[in-house]
Amino acid sequence: MPSADVVAAVADAHRREWAFVLAATVRVTRDLDLAEECVQDAYAAALTAWTQQGVPARPGGWLVTAARNRALDASRRAATVRRYLPLLVSDDHADDIAEQAVAAADPHIPDDRLRLICTCCHPALAIEAQVALTLRLVCGLSTSEVAQAFLVSESTMAARITRAKKKIAAARIPFRVPAPADLAERIGAVLAVVHLLYTTGHSAPYGGELVRGELTERAVDLVRMLRVLVPEHAEVSGLLALMLLTESRRMARQDENGTMVPLEHQDRTRWDRELIDEGLALVRDAMRRPGKYALQAAIAALHAEAPDYATTDWRQIVGLYDELARLWPSPVVSLNRGVALGYAEGPESALAALDQLIALPQLAGYEYLPAARAHFLAELGRTGDARAAYDEAILLTGNDVERAFLVAKRDALG
Amino acid sequence: MTQYLMLIYQDESLVGDPPSPEVGMEHMAFIAANGPALRGGNGLESAATATTVRAGGPADFMITDGPFAETKEQIVGYYLVEAADLDAAIALAKQVPMGDGCVEVRPIRVVPGAVG
Repeated sequence: MPSADVVAAVADAHRREWAFVLAATVRVTRDLDLAEECVQDAYAAALTAWTQQGVPARPGGWLVTAARNRALDASRRAATVRRYLPLLVSDDHADDIAEQAVAAADPHIPDDRLRLICTCCHPALAIEAQVALTLRLVCGLSTSEVAQAFLVSESTMAARITRAKKKIAAARIPFRVPAPADLAERIGAVLAVVHLLYTTGHSAPYGGELVRGELTERAVDLVRMLRVLVPEHAEVSGLLALMLLTESRRMARQDENGTMVPLEHQDRTRWDRELIDEGLALVRDAMRRPGKYALQAAIAALHAEAPDYATTDWRQIVGLYDELARLWPSPVVSLNRGVALGYAEGPESALAALDQLIALPQLAGYEYLPAARAHFLAELGRTGDARAAYDEAILLTGNDVERAFLVAKRDALG
Repeated sequence: MTQYLMLIYQDESLVGDPPSPEVGMEHMAFIAANGPALRGGNGLESAATATTVRAGGPADFMITDGPFAETKEQIVGYYLVEAADLDAAIALAKQVPMGDGCVEVRPIRVVPGAVG
């Protein structure tokens, strides 16, 4: 029986080292399914081996060696069958699996995690597939966990992952760090996947839970990993800052009854100062070359630094939204800018800006537009219009916690 | 190395029938620049010249005038290329003259014993 210490060590290695171990194994097998199988076996074997021999000094290295040895056995058994299967394209041509497995004993295993994440987030895969593969292969979540995160059935998610892996093999999506000329764009695609993971976890679009903590934590882990792998990309710091600053408010976003508390009414003493301090330092770093994540993080930083909602530097926030809209024209940015304008200049300015957005097809069905209009209509005393706008927002939201919040606002209109 | 078929989809009315000399020049330049990777390729006569043969129907086959799908953008030509991986194939596809249209990149499934 493995002791609690060993179970905890294996769980910890699963969380910290999965991507490293899988990426190092894929380099040898050049087959995602076989690599996954071998890595899972290695983690299972670790429970017994670490109980008998103690937890190794470098659990990741131990697991890579174990997984690669299994890959070697499997490839010997199935050599004749596998000869006809398409193998992943890699840029090193040491195809001899035995030679590679011997090399696995070398303590300096190259870090192949960037290859793995760039394969998972390849633009030739649909975004849903990129997200699913990243959770499965880079974070090591099971198919059923990935399915739960996106509220689809396990069979649907399994089919999605299988289809994506088939495309990687058949179309020869390479297991390789992109060429320097393409790297910035590809890292951008990776960040988009991680950001989508975070926002899915942070404001679950459907269902009863406002925050799916597991997803947001995984997203934060992924960006921390990217900071190690590509420290020169300022947008990585920008995205990490944005997530940490958003994360710092998590405890204040819901009250003890599970009711959503908007930024305006949050108890700022419940914000996590440690996350805020780390986020603020990262914003300063990222704003040397401001991209879209750095600018959003800078806006979150102004909120984090303000003693309360009213004394927030709304003018500077409007300015940051202007810059964001220039870099990344998006109706959602215009919507947020309109709201900030309302606090900087008053409800008339906000409504003037927001009313221009009503006709945009991209915002049709987006509950935050009618919710924002309702707020400023109420401030102007246009109660009837405000009620109609809240009704529209209530109809559009799929999140139970948000719906309860909007109903309360509407009913408070009197 | 893998072979990919690159199907060029364009609005035929913009390409011209026959294609304008400019379109021809663009393709000559693409072929000159990428000769070693090319395994074949050609333009197609307009979709109006297509005939679709479908299995089934009272006479076992149904013969209809026109392409399989009547869409605004039609296949106007193709290249067969050889590339190390999808990234290299996409880099080639970006150079294919396509006007306002698009290029679909499809890996060739290798069938043992198949011709050519």
